Amino acid sequence: LFHHPYVDAYWGSIKLSLITSAIGGIVGLFIAYAALREGTPKWIRSTLTTFSGVAANFGGIPLAFAFIATLGPLGVLTVFLKNQLGFDLGAHGFSLFSMTGIGLAYLYFQLPLMILVIAPAIDGLRKEWREASANLGASQLQFWRYVGVPVLMPSILGAMILLFGNSFAAYATAYGINSGANLITIFIGSYYSGNVLNNPHLAQAMAFGMFVVLAVMMVVYIPLQRRAARWAK
Amino acid sequence: VGEVKSRSRMAPSAVFWLVLGGLYFFIPLLTTFLFSLKSNQTGTCCTAGNYSWVIHNGLFWHSLKISFLLALETIAISLVLFVPTIYWVHLKVPKLRPVLGFLALIPFVVPPIVMVVGLLKFYKGSPSWFYGQPWGFLAGAYVILAFPYMFFSLDAGFRSIDVHTLTEASQSLGASWTTTLFKVILPNIRAAALAGSFLALAIVMGEYTIANLAAFHTFPIFIQYVNETQGFPAGALTLLSFGITWAAMGSLLLVGRKRGARAATIVGAR
Repeated sequence: LFHHPYVDAYWGSIKLSLITSAIGGIVGLFIAYAALREGTPKWIRSTLTTFSGVAANFGGIPLAFAFIATLGPLGVLTVFLKNQLGFDLGAHGFSLFSMTGIGLAYLYFQLPLMILVIAPAIDGLRKEWREASANLGASQLQFWRYVGVPVLMPSILGAMILLFGNSFAAYATAYGINSGANLITIFIGSYYSGNVLNNPHLAQAMAFGMFVVLAVMMVVYIPLQRRAARWAK
Repeated sequence: VGEVKSRSRMAPSAVFWLVLGGLYFFIPLLTTFLFSLKSNQTGTCCTAGNYSWVIHNGLFWHSLKISFLLALETIAISLVLFVPTIYWVHLKVPKLRPVLGFLALIPFVVPPIVMVVGLLKFYKGSPSWFYGQPWGFLAGAYVILAFPYMFFSLDAGFRSIDVHTLTEASQSLGASWTTTLFKVILPNIRAAALAGSFLALAIVMGEYTIANLAAFHTFPIFIQYVNETQGFPAGALTLLSFGITWAAMGSLLLVGRKRGARAATIVGAR
């Protein structure tokens, strides 16, 4: 298990999960805040919540295909960019079958999950705190620096850990896009049921390794969850 | 006196992020739709041929039927197992509630690929009516997968009603346990049970990992098969699958308006 291809696959999975959870977490946070802040019409908020509920559940094979149809070599967007705008994605080093491509597809369920998870925390930022800090002469920036971000931090980190686990465990989406991706879940799948690389015992060992990574994740998650709950009524 | 800012205008940055998010979510759906309209022979637009190919495909109906029946079976088993259990825990042993809550987190944390490897190993050698049939092994795995969603929905439902008073009232009027459960408790947690059922439906209709490794031909397996062999019709199937998720989530929101149906709304089909 601690040899060349397996360590690489674990590392590939961990890297992909870190990147998609960081991007998904930060962008999701901004989108959620944009929808919840004052001035945004109410209907946007309810539409976003409903849509996030659907999109967060729209994973696996259909999602993989949606991205193949969009950004694959024959995808509608790829062809459109090439023929209409003269921009060749492939020539600029983009391939849907690479880690970047898989990560882009993962964001489709990572972003909505972040929005769903973080929305209650953003709602918990009480208006009184903002008014109080404004009364004391704080600027917008100071409010976020000293009040908003510190209060939200445990929730944000907790949500990002969820996103990490979510993408670490993903199999079908990556399999649908590139069944040879260098990810641990793909390895387990092909070692378990593959025609060429049949070795169920190794697959079991790799599965246990994943379990260890996720157990570590839970150990970090639970105390963060407690801290995040402190400001909830 | 400083002016109070107008609250009806949206901040430009809010518009930016919402538009960005909206584009990211809708472009793949739109392009999949355009893709599904292309002819499977020539690759040119626009024809409904892929949709008629899907509708006239026997394997499509067959796999859709398997997935749907599996979903119904999963829902039935889950409700029969969990409704009385959670009722009993709320009524008699509230101390066990956190234990159940912890158990419910396990299928949520353990990835399906890890779970299926363990389950296949554990049940190897069990009778073929169980191991070799989707109605046995796969339904069992899906009950485990659906457990967190069922539990959190039902738990919220039971918490919103007064289990003790209802039970005492029904028993002092001479009702038996079964009468109490079916005539008093069930109607009160109907919304929660429905919410859990729709989530289970969404999970089972989209689950690929377990079905693939256990080699059963469910609907998502069929989509992947078309995806690998046919190309364009897979676009039609993808949109259909999205429609199923949308319908399940929409129904969930509808029942969610009623009391006690608030629950986890994220299922795992990745």
